[in-house]
Amino acid sequence: MSTTKKITVGALAAALGVTTLTACGGGADKSSEGGGTESKTVTLVSHDSFNASPAVLKEFTRQTGYTVKVLKSGDAGEAVNKAILTKGAPQGDVFFGVDNTLLSRALDNGLFEPYEAKGLDRVPDSVELDKGEHRVTPIDTGEICVNYDKKFFADRKLAPPQTFDDLAKPAYKNLLVVENPERSSPGLGFLLGTAARYGDDGWQDYWKKLKANGVKVVDSWELAYNQEFSGSAGGKKAKGDRPLVVSYASSPPVEVLYAQPQPKEAPTGVATGTCFQQTEFAGLLTGARNKDGGKALIDFLISKKFQEDMPLQMFVNPVAEDAELPELFTKHGAKVDKPYTLAPEKIAKNRDQWIQSWSSLVLR
Amino acid sequence: MVLARPEVTCGALRVGLMVLPVAFFAVFFAYPVAAIVGRGLKSDGIWQFGRLGEVLSRPDILDVLWFTTWQALASTALTLLIALPGAYVFARFDFPGKQVLRAVVTVPFVLPTVVVGTAFLALVGRGGLTDELWGLRLDTTVWAILLAHVFFNYAVVIRTVGGLWSQLDPRQEEAARVLGASRFEAWRRVTLPALAPAVAAAALMVFLFTYTSFGVVQILGGPAYTTLEAEIYRQTAQLLDLPTAAVLTLVQFVAVAAILAVHARTVRRRETALKLVDAAQTARRPRGAGQWALLGAVLLTVVLLLLLPLGVLVARSFGGADGLAYYRALQDAGAGGGTFLVPPVEAIGNSLQYALAATGIALLIGGLAATALTRRAGRLVRGFDALLMLPLGVSAVTVGFGFLIALDEPPLDLRSSWILVPLAQALVGVPFVIRTMLPVLRAVDARLREAAAVLGASPWRVWREVDLPLVRRAVLVAAGFAFAVSLGEFGATVFIARPDNPTLPVAVARLLGRPGELNYGQAMALSTILMAVCAVALLLLERIRTDRSGEL
Repeated sequence: MSTTKKITVGALAAALGVTTLTACGGGADKSSEGGGTESKTVTLVSHDSFNASPAVLKEFTRQTGYTVKVLKSGDAGEAVNKAILTKGAPQGDVFFGVDNTLLSRALDNGLFEPYEAKGLDRVPDSVELDKGEHRVTPIDTGEICVNYDKKFFADRKLAPPQTFDDLAKPAYKNLLVVENPERSSPGLGFLLGTAARYGDDGWQDYWKKLKANGVKVVDSWELAYNQEFSGSAGGKKAKGDRPLVVSYASSPPVEVLYAQPQPKEAPTGVATGTCFQQTEFAGLLTGARNKDGGKALIDFLISKKFQEDMPLQMFVNPVAEDAELPELFTKHGAKVDKPYTLAPEKIAKNRDQWIQSWSSLVLR
Repeated sequence: MVLARPEVTCGALRVGLMVLPVAFFAVFFAYPVAAIVGRGLKSDGIWQFGRLGEVLSRPDILDVLWFTTWQALASTALTLLIALPGAYVFARFDFPGKQVLRAVVTVPFVLPTVVVGTAFLALVGRGGLTDELWGLRLDTTVWAILLAHVFFNYAVVIRTVGGLWSQLDPRQEEAARVLGASRFEAWRRVTLPALAPAVAAAALMVFLFTYTSFGVVQILGGPAYTTLEAEIYRQTAQLLDLPTAAVLTLVQFVAVAAILAVHARTVRRRETALKLVDAAQTARRPRGAGQWALLGAVLLTVVLLLLLPLGVLVARSFGGADGLAYYRALQDAGAGGGTFLVPPVEAIGNSLQYALAATGIALLIGGLAATALTRRAGRLVRGFDALLMLPLGVSAVTVGFGFLIALDEPPLDLRSSWILVPLAQALVGVPFVIRTMLPVLRAVDARLREAAAVLGASPWRVWREVDLPLVRRAVLVAAGFAFAVSLGEFGATVFIARPDNPTLPVAVARLLGRPGELNYGQAMALSTILMAVCAVALLLLERIRTDRSGEL
């Protein structure tokens, strides 16, 4: 072994040894956040899209003395399923992020304990889907809608589509890309939107027309929006050639926010007649260790402070009537007057069967 | 009689050494997996084995099984076809930059699948390089999946087959030529039989990795293609159909166990008496037009198939006014836009800490197991050797969800602890540590140990003074491999609920899940950083390569 090699080996060994020690030290710090001050920590279990400004979470600590620990538990469906699996020995105190498409599954499994949050009077009845028992509290709403590439339609002097009916018209042949509802929550939302629009018997005929009109199906929102869609920043780089995509009503402001430099106008628009409303709920987990902290946290989630922080953190609409939307949203976002929606029980009853007939109709 | 006593203590010692690995394996693998499978197959406390038949007669499930198997066979064949000439070139030729190149071809193997999937989309997908140049698109075709599998596993063949090939004495083949055999005849009758076990071992490993492929298929496959692993994920995480998931897990388990059993046999055969020489003596500069052409063709393959996808990623990580905007955005939680509570750049620190902790655990567990397995032993121990490989072939979602329902009571309620991530990563790292260290440990001349023992050294002292100096480099190589694999580990990490300190692969996936240019750019920038860290780690390993090549 040459001298340089010896030195390299020695250095590497030393580096590995030392950094392993520091890693363990750092880790120990992290774990102590959770333990010790048990009653002063409240644990929020959520999906990967959960976000809040650090300042807002500090405000909660200042008001109540509780520190929030956030556990992200996969995408929305996965997070709910994990919560169901760990029922009785939950990973945290509060769960946030069960939406109307999964609500029945969560409630039927007894995931939540009733708690009537303070400040619910500022929340409209239309989103209180468990008003009788208050096992869950509505926190935010969002719409799944078809987005369009403004430039594409301007260049061709073609009016962008606005409704479900429009999407099946020959003028928009081969322009739409959607997500597979088997695997993607916006894909499922869009399917449910068509079921709400055309009814239990009519939606299949509508999808036959969409298929004949060249609808493209991909597995995930990431692929649809960042690869196939011609209007997004990612799609432009990937030379996507579909100017219509199933995404969110809040996607246009997000395109503006993350562009450098920020454009004056959003590059994309929303077909407001194709929207399906999702409402997200939070609830106190059955068997929560810190019930008082959990209740305080749910109160905080519908407080004005948190509700006004949400739009730019998670790109959703607040449910509290006194919460004001940021300028970015009012300027670039679409106002959806009448989104389609379905009762959670109806979704629970039909989802699997609808997805199955959808996939044999569209995929095979 | 005198000799019997040390043997007894050795036996006891071996059992002692095995305690920790066995406990680790039992608590963090067998128990969680059994718990989740049990949840699916038991109702009212009674095993419902009838579900096996029900699930396995469903046509959609049979489709999945069929596709999983044939794509794995096709991927393996294609990988061997493309990588074997490469193995020859790396083994027999000397050329400038060989060390660097050998490290570079290993980078894909340790990259997380999200990154590889994205790189391939950028190459053969819409608006990718091949689309630009020739209008050729392969995404949502099976070809994209197969090529990505070759990309991943090229290094497995280079390291396993090339490693042995470089140590075969070329004079044996020359002797056959002198005795009148044609070039092909000499190769077929002399070299091929010696190489066959290594080729078989490599093929089995590639088959194992492609059989359990998940991320690549998710990203590149499109709705039409589903592997067993992807189906287990869908049934567990999305549909919560635990009975179906449990049956599929068992099917995969049986398949993987069979592959590993065959692998263990081929490896044992390989350990038998081959006359090996120092690799440095067998490689020389290529001679003649044919050899230069071969070298050129292999280098071209490496550039097109391995470097190009990586290069496209790097290219897309530069953007903005001065080209570095995405890298700058990584340092700012605000610009990262609330995708994270902390700046994305902290993911690098998290990843390094987790990977180092995982490396420590993997070295401890793997090292103990390898030491215990060193001496040729009975079936039980050999079976344990194969058992420790199983985590490589069991679905990450099964392990992740298993953790969730099994480790939920004190003192084992680790579900929200940071240690769970390195533990899950170590499960994947341990097999690599064992596979790297075992051949080296077994090559240590037993007479050295006996001599030391006769001279009165305690077993601990024998290990410290005889084994350790001889295997120090192997330990470093094992550490490096475990480190790189942990760094790229994605599957189990994403399925564990964790406080908000994401690892690099998780951060990349999260950034890709958001609209907007800055997020996409940051995902590319983080991927580039991850690649660079892996490449540096592997390059350091190249410098301390062991004399005897490991099995992976």
